[in-house]
Amino acid sequence: MKPSAFEYLAAASVDEAIAVLAAHGGEAKIIAGGQSLVPMLNFRLLAPTILVDINKVPGLDHITPDGDGLCIGALTRHHALETSDLVRERFPVLCEAMTHVAHLAIRNRGTIGGSLCHADPAAELPMMALLLDATIVTADSDGAREIPAKDFFDGALSTVLEEDELVTEVRIPALPANCGWGFEEVSQRAGDFAMAAAAATVSLSNGAAVQVRLALMGVGDTPMRMRGIETQLSGAPLTAETIEAAAASVVDAVDPMSDLHASSDYRRHLAQVLTKRVLSDAWQRAGGTAQ
Amino acid sequence: MSARCDIKVSVNGELHEACVEPRLLLADFLREHLNLTGTHIGCEHGVCGACTVFLDGDSVRSCLCLAVQADGAEVETVESFGRTENLNPLQEKFREHHALQCGFCTPGMLVTCTDLLKKYPLASDDEIRDGLSGNICRCTGYENIIRAMRAAVRERDEANR
Repeated sequence: MKPSAFEYLAAASVDEAIAVLAAHGGEAKIIAGGQSLVPMLNFRLLAPTILVDINKVPGLDHITPDGDGLCIGALTRHHALETSDLVRERFPVLCEAMTHVAHLAIRNRGTIGGSLCHADPAAELPMMALLLDATIVTADSDGAREIPAKDFFDGALSTVLEEDELVTEVRIPALPANCGWGFEEVSQRAGDFAMAAAAATVSLSNGAAVQVRLALMGVGDTPMRMRGIETQLSGAPLTAETIEAAAASVVDAVDPMSDLHASSDYRRHLAQVLTKRVLSDAWQRAGGTAQ
Repeated sequence: MSARCDIKVSVNGELHEACVEPRLLLADFLREHLNLTGTHIGCEHGVCGACTVFLDGDSVRSCLCLAVQADGAEVETVESFGRTENLNPLQEKFREHHALQCGFCTPGMLVTCTDLLKKYPLASDDEIRDGLSGNICRCTGYENIIRAMRAAVRERDEANR
């Protein structure tokens, strides 16, 4: 189908985009890459009165060092993140995750700000923001605010953003020293939305796993951090037994939806298997010995 | 802000000026306004890949891009590739390996393959399959498309050696 009629403004600045959002009170939508928005327009699931295009707003498309972490502009394309030397050096788990995002033509166009705002529970970037303790920086009529990723997603396709609020950048703090990572995803075909995925980072200190982080997606309305399991695993070496116990805890901790693509039971099974794989990969990449 | 927008788009090296509704998809602009019907429209929501074109040098779905968003951009469609009597090297590989049956998916396949050849090593058939997973061939002629791509990868790698 074709979209219903709307007006269009190519914003020249963040302030101009916000002013239009504020003036239209929920009837305006931001368009960046459009890779989630345009399908919804074409299906007429959305019919905004005006689209505010931010592709030509200067200063939103960058990947820059922020201490030992990174500051990533909202207009950065998935493919730029996938192929950035800076990202590969500092957050290789993010490069790996990006290779799973849809297809090249989508990654060429889709933006990280757009993916975060769309908040699809089966999209990679929201889970990675949560895993990496990212901060989402926004601007609105009242100024700027910084929202921790853990507070950003409040449901399927839903965030805490106000109607006149625009994501401008994402800040990712440095990983701890001696940090290994794992990322695993299962989808029906390469590039399809994930039935389930898991990601972990584990640091090695004096032979023990510390600062363990584990995130899952596709098993709830939003991506999830498994904080109880992270605590349970921290402070000792990861062994086949402790990883097995963590995976068993995941089974109890998630209550996935059934849909056309996978049953709840199958998703729960995937969460368990993928948890084992990412923890094991992260531990070994951190330099931990296989036990 | 207006009901219709003036745009200037370079398509296959030729500058076009038009006044379009903001809701006009780039795919429809190419086909209906410029009569460039080589770009095919399958699903209109970004899953079939038939409408893939180059926008400022990167492959994109032209059904997921508004014509107004291409203002000031350079678009290349399959019409910029070789003609029947003068196929480009990738098209030549498609011909040699019978990588098309009905031909509906072919424009999108050619654009996608061209971008994949530019950006990825494509060292294995699995990598080629993953790269092409966003382009659907309802004749299911995938094996021959992969053979054509493998030949194109080999030629690229030999040229770069």
